Amino acid sequence: MSQDWQFVAIFLILSPIFPAAPVILNHLLGPKKPNPIKQQTYECGIETVGSSWVQFKVQYYIYALVFVIFDVEAVFLFPIAAAYGQLTLFSIFSVALFIFLLADGLAYAWGRGALEWI
Amino acid sequence: MTVEQIVFLLISAFTLSTAVIVVTKRNLFHAALALMATFLGVAGLYVTLDAGFLAAAQLLVYIGAISILVIFAIMMTRRLMQTTEPAYNAQSGFALVTAVISFGLIFWVFYVFREFWPLIPDAVTPLASKPIVADEILQGSVVVMGRSFVSSAAYVLPFEIASVLLLAALVGAIIVAWPKAEDKA
Amino acid sequence: MSFDFLEFLKSLVSLTISDYLRELWGNQPWVDFLMNVLGVVILSTFCLLIVIFLIWLERKVIARIQRRIGPNRVGGRYGLLQTVADVIKLLIKEDITPTGADKVAYLLAPFLTVMAALMVWAVMPFAPNIIGVDLNIGIFYFLAISSVSVVALLLAGWGSNNKYALLGAFRSVAQLVSYEVPMILALLVPILLARSMSTVDIVNAQTVPYLIVAPLAALIFFISSLAETGRTPFDLLEAESEIVAGFHVEYGGMKFGMFFLAEFVSTLFMSGFFATVFLGGYRLFGLETLVIGDGWVIGNLLGLIIFFVKMFAVYFVYIWIRGTLPRVRVDQILNFNWKFLVPVSLALVMMTAVLDKLLPDTFNDFARAGAHLLANIILAMITIEILRSYARRQRKLASDDGAAETASGHDDHGHHEPAHEPVAAH
Repeated sequence: MSQDWQFVAIFLILSPIFPAAPVILNHLLGPKKPNPIKQQTYECGIETVGSSWVQFKVQYYIYALVFVIFDVEAVFLFPIAAAYGQLTLFSIFSVALFIFLLADGLAYAWGRGALEWI
Repeated sequence: MTVEQIVFLLISAFTLSTAVIVVTKRNLFHAALALMATFLGVAGLYVTLDAGFLAAAQLLVYIGAISILVIFAIMMTRRLMQTTEPAYNAQSGFALVTAVISFGLIFWVFYVFREFWPLIPDAVTPLASKPIVADEILQGSVVVMGRSFVSSAAYVLPFEIASVLLLAALVGAIIVAWPKAEDKA
Repeated sequence: MSFDFLEFLKSLVSLTISDYLRELWGNQPWVDFLMNVLGVVILSTFCLLIVIFLIWLERKVIARIQRRIGPNRVGGRYGLLQTVADVIKLLIKEDITPTGADKVAYLLAPFLTVMAALMVWAVMPFAPNIIGVDLNIGIFYFLAISSVSVVALLLAGWGSNNKYALLGAFRSVAQLVSYEVPMILALLVPILLARSMSTVDIVNAQTVPYLIVAPLAALIFFISSLAETGRTPFDLLEAESEIVAGFHVEYGGMKFGMFFLAEFVSTLFMSGFFATVFLGGYRLFGLETLVIGDGWVIGNLLGLIIFFVKMFAVYFVYIWIRGTLPRVRVDQILNFNWKFLVPVSLALVMMTAVLDKLLPDTFNDFARAGAHLLANIILAMITIEILRSYARRQRKLASDDGAAETASGHDDHGHHEPAHEPVAAH
């Protein structure tokens, strides 16, 4: 197995080279005449008003939260799906219960209106 | 030293140094970035232990989900661009005590119980190489894990309890984060 | 003449680099290492170079769909060198970092995006023996790596010190994160059917392509892959009319080019992955194994051709959809995901798991496929019926409510919750 992951490790180490080459080449080839106007942040033709910090909706946070729950669920479900051939009917129904409980959570969030984009 | 040990040392050094950055950086966003790097290092450690599935799960859950949540939380509660948090707050003493206790616990488990720990050789050296396991067993370990999650002889009860725990976490989070219906109107 | 020309030819084509190196140095660990390095370099170079072709293809096809001609100036009458010219243009642009940008995040983001887009290719089976590495958790690996690109978006949005970029990043993250859920659930179905997470095993298990065995899973995966790559109709990531260009508004030159490249590379990956998981990858009625006994190379070549044809067929559908569909609103996107795709895919996974266990062992692959297909059709009909009755109720509500409220009353999917309908506003 380490043999398999050797490829991934090499990939991880080598892959920054591929985006780095064009970016560095760009840095070398491109003109360098910076001035304050040019480096201003872009905002539809007018100067930037205030800092870029804006109050964000709690909605984004809720989506991320629900996602975390489902992500953890996936970690459980993937090995079970891979072992599907060796499972008994009892196991299948315990998986169904597992999924049902999570669907319950989703239904709660739905009923509470937490999935609504406001 | 074998290649494996060198790799292990490199990954551990990476993990620990990024962990130090997490606690010393005053800029919370950069601390969160360093935390992701730490998670990546932990995933690397899993790979050196031949636990590929755990490594991928670490990446998926911790970097792909938990870190996003952390960054969202930082963005929603702090003024981003000026954020420089003080290094200590009222809870730092408590945190120190917790850290010492949990480190002591782990050390105790490994040191006192080392004779019950079948995989670690008697002469415990920090660089003892890991036991050699046949490749077929390693390849099949994910399937074994999946099977034991749901077989009545193994972990089906903890598995269902995990589901209830996730449900409770979701419901609790929504109750805490979501405004009440009457507040909205 | 004892010289057997055919034998010589065969030895020539079946001599692979690893055999050659092994002959040179013996069975040393660094031969594997070198082969891995070579594999990484070839794979990445392939991905980077094919993007030049992909961009040209997309522009040309979109142009034809919209009854235009498309690029036809640079490089002959088909404009073949247009993208090369664009690359050169990007290379000689000035490298600007906006004031107030967080340099670490600003620089790290394009790198992370490209790295994630490249690294998923490691588990893509091109042909029976051409694959980066056949991990036993292949599909899970793909999900894990692709979840990193979400972080890159967030970094880009935050690092740019720009309201639009940050807003775009937040939206994109909400979208990507949401659509990962149905994608994960849809991918569970082929894993269930193949009893393995390895991509090679999944291809080998497809006597009947999973597009037929699990059409709903294929559809859900396809929709969520559109959203994951940020393509029309889910291209809110760069809704110019609302948030300028989204998270990469402050990027210029090759740094912008890297985001562009990553988008194309991951779209091609998604089409290849769809071809692998649902269309049988390099398999086509056993054609790829036809010559496998005789020679390694011809079978692989055939498999490679089959795979590429399938991959580009799926890619064409992606372009086609881009040329046909308009962009949807952000609330519609998220509602569609959480209130339609996720419940349906949860039901689908449960149904498939129970059904496949209940089917008697005497069923062969084709009988199994038929049973699954039937169950899928029934589930689809039930879903459509629920949607229809829901839409009917919504229409009734809207017409009761008078013409003033109709604007928000009927959206295509009809997933608004009754409590939040215009009725509440009175």
